[in-house]
Amino acid sequence: MSFSESFFAAKFGITRQNLENYLSEALGRGGDYADLYFEYLATSSISIDESIVKSATQGVSLGVGVRVLSGERTGYAYSDDLSPEKIKHAAQVAALIAAGPAKVDQTPLHDGQKRNLYPVLTAPSETAFVERVQLAQRADVAARAYDPRIFQVQVTYADNLRQVMVATSEGVLNFDRQPLARMSVFVLAREGDGVPQQGHSGGGGRYELDFFQNERTPEYFAKEAARQALVQLNAIEAPAGEQTVVLGPGWPGVLLHEAVGHGLEADFNRKGVSAFSGRIGQQVASPLCTVVDDGTIGGRRGSLNVDDEGNQTQRNVLIENGILRGYLQDNLSSRITGAAPTGSGRRESYEHIPMPRMTNTFMLAGESAPEDIIKSVSRGLYCANFAGGQVDITSGNFVFSASESYLIEDGKLTRPVRNATLVGNGPESMKYVSMVGNDLKLDEGVGVCGKEGQSVPVGVGIPTVRIDRMTVGGTA
Amino acid sequence: MTFSELPAIAEDTIRQAIAAGATDAECTISEGDEFSASVRMGELETLKEAGSRGAGLRVLIGKKMGASYTSDLSPEGIAQMVRSAVDLAGLTTDDPFAGLPDPDEFGKLTGDLQLFSDRTAELPTEERISLAKRAEAAALAVDPRISNSEGGSFDCSVGGRVFANSRGFSGSYRTSYCSITAVPVAMENGAMERDYWFTIARDYSTLESPELVGQKAAARALRRLGATKVDTQKVPIIFEPRISRSLLGDIFDAIDGRSIYRKASFLAGKLGEKVFSDKITVIDDGTIPGLFGTQPFDDEGVTTRRTPVIEKGVLKNYLLNTYTARKLGMKTTGNASRGITGNAGIGHGNFYLEAGTDSPEDILRSVQNGFYVTELLGSAVNTVTGDYSRGAAGMWIRDGELAFPVSEVTIASTLQEMLNNVAALGSDLEFRGSVSAPTIKIGEMTVAGR
Repeated sequence: MSFSESFFAAKFGITRQNLENYLSEALGRGGDYADLYFEYLATSSISIDESIVKSATQGVSLGVGVRVLSGERTGYAYSDDLSPEKIKHAAQVAALIAAGPAKVDQTPLHDGQKRNLYPVLTAPSETAFVERVQLAQRADVAARAYDPRIFQVQVTYADNLRQVMVATSEGVLNFDRQPLARMSVFVLAREGDGVPQQGHSGGGGRYELDFFQNERTPEYFAKEAARQALVQLNAIEAPAGEQTVVLGPGWPGVLLHEAVGHGLEADFNRKGVSAFSGRIGQQVASPLCTVVDDGTIGGRRGSLNVDDEGNQTQRNVLIENGILRGYLQDNLSSRITGAAPTGSGRRESYEHIPMPRMTNTFMLAGESAPEDIIKSVSRGLYCANFAGGQVDITSGNFVFSASESYLIEDGKLTRPVRNATLVGNGPESMKYVSMVGNDLKLDEGVGVCGKEGQSVPVGVGIPTVRIDRMTVGGTA
Repeated sequence: MTFSELPAIAEDTIRQAIAAGATDAECTISEGDEFSASVRMGELETLKEAGSRGAGLRVLIGKKMGASYTSDLSPEGIAQMVRSAVDLAGLTTDDPFAGLPDPDEFGKLTGDLQLFSDRTAELPTEERISLAKRAEAAALAVDPRISNSEGGSFDCSVGGRVFANSRGFSGSYRTSYCSITAVPVAMENGAMERDYWFTIARDYSTLESPELVGQKAAARALRRLGATKVDTQKVPIIFEPRISRSLLGDIFDAIDGRSIYRKASFLAGKLGEKVFSDKITVIDDGTIPGLFGTQPFDDEGVTTRRTPVIEKGVLKNYLLNTYTARKLGMKTTGNASRGITGNAGIGHGNFYLEAGTDSPEDILRSVQNGFYVTELLGSAVNTVTGDYSRGAAGMWIRDGELAFPVSEVTIASTLQEMLNNVAALGSDLEFRGSVSAPTIKIGEMTVAGR
């Protein structure tokens, strides 16, 4: 697709000349670099509760963000009106971060490289709304049919279609059409008058709607949520203290996201405030661990053709055989440190300044059979699913909460356990990885990562992994 | 388009929705101008300034609901939003409890609620940058071990909100806030610890001084240096006020009307029962001038009010909007809350735990061996069951004094046990943000470490 056929050119009549004019306005006070981020976001959501479609919402938002860099300084302004006067005004406000005469020669805009990691002809948000309502209703029916002990079911289906265009003073001109859809099922189960327990499941990605017809059906998510809630009905209190922990494949990869990923974002490291700062080339994990952040996997929730600064995303090796290899860069950090771009500059919307962020973060498969890993543990905890986590990147301490876990006794999974929180220290915990399974699995596509108030969709993944020592917070 | 023109747009949107077939409609418009300046190591790092607005519509056709929003407030943008909401209402299912509040519920608090100050918007940019710089500089000056920083910042925002519905309610109000934050990093023997402090106010003249913010942040970061794990054990726990606030957040989740009608709360069905220690009195008050949980009417146009939630340990009221009130056969408590569109959820006003009589120093002195919690990580609080387990950091208490820093541990119990086992409650209640609580001492929790 050429620029003239692109969304913003076609719908709003924006020309290359316009873009170049806005950029030169932005650099008018002596900035070193400027970029424009145009965004048009259409969203839809459906929620079902008590088998009633209680909410159906659609909407659009659009705007442009203008950024100017001057040394290590950033000036930022945005407008939710794409008229030339408003964009020009935003460019003038952002320009104020620099003080002096214009000094940068702008490079003429040239279209960036094109590829399509999500060749979606009709995005879910472009299908008939009623089709999506029916999908959500199927999940409700399936969850209730799974077991009579399921007494509450909430289904949420949400999709969006984001059109973006990035133009920079270095001549990058890139545009992208980014579809995204997700279904979530939340259930409560109860035995007689007993205490209710919850189960949750969901997934999606940058796919056409038929993903939910063929790949991951509403029934699949409904059964998984119901199964988890029923498991919890028989769960006992989590043990407290240090133990051997086995992580199941898939979503438990959120451990990597918290323990490693955030600490490797270049902004923290450039400022020397991450527990991983200045440690490139050092051993920060067991030699069994190779961790990558890969924004190029077709259709994945965390994938992007281009990042939100117009750079092509790529596969970045963060840790290779336990050795720290690199950080995740945005343009600002690349410019300051001279590091090569990694395609990791992301932002929540046109109202937000881009930062280095993760895409899909996972550990490569190892050689152990998953059953051998469990068999190797005489007493420990097996975590099949997590609710989420958090990290203090400066101390490196992280926490995450297991939503489905089991005791391991004499090499076998025995009782389900509830209320287990795992804590550790990023650069330390990963050294205790003693077995890595051959069963790498990526998550179902539900991750949302928050950083400094900005949320972006991400993916995680991990094979079955044994960690010899980790603190489990429980009461037993 | 100025703020004063927005109510007419909202009212016109309602008329268009009714003309398009809606039997009832609600329109919300919000606008905001934001500014932020951040400095790091004495140098300006980021300046951000912009404004935006959005409109949202919710329509009912009989008992069916549809909703839409737009950032385009032009006549075409509004017309598109109306069509979209009305179309969607045709696709949803009848919900017998859906509907606007009863006519006698509509209303607004009168008088000056002190939610908006002109002066906040008028402060010159140079002055704003200087406040951020002073906060960071004060932190860096406290001790040579404060050798790095994630910076100081000044943020401010002025905004406005308009709400109108097809039953004749129309109201609007403006808000402002500003804040100063410092995030210093302390380093010693190769280990780093970060902490923060901030001050926030509707009017900048009532902010704490940037020096005080920097100094408090630095002291907090410094005392974390050299943190270790402790052995797994059961001990008394003290939450400092910044942390006891999070317990209030958990209580809020458990008395939110949506959790109640779904029976997804350990407090569902317990109205009138003694659920917590008689030291616990929790109030929701959306009427206190100048505070962050105050607004003249809720997001359905219902007058905000003061609602006792828990009185001396007895569960007195849930917090409800119109929908959850009807589900439960009760009356709304004026706690409807929403973004610009969709069904209203539940929000709180100024939600606080009433102060006790113990001084924080006396509470500390009462503990021989225990844990003073200054940070919580993760969110493993299950308000369906009450199960509580979170990552924690803070100071170990020996013989009534803060002895050494602790991190990489968890604390666990259940909310029921914790709040029935309140050993002391501080006199140090301070309103900072919309959720507030004093120092609280819990008789015993499991600390998991080594």
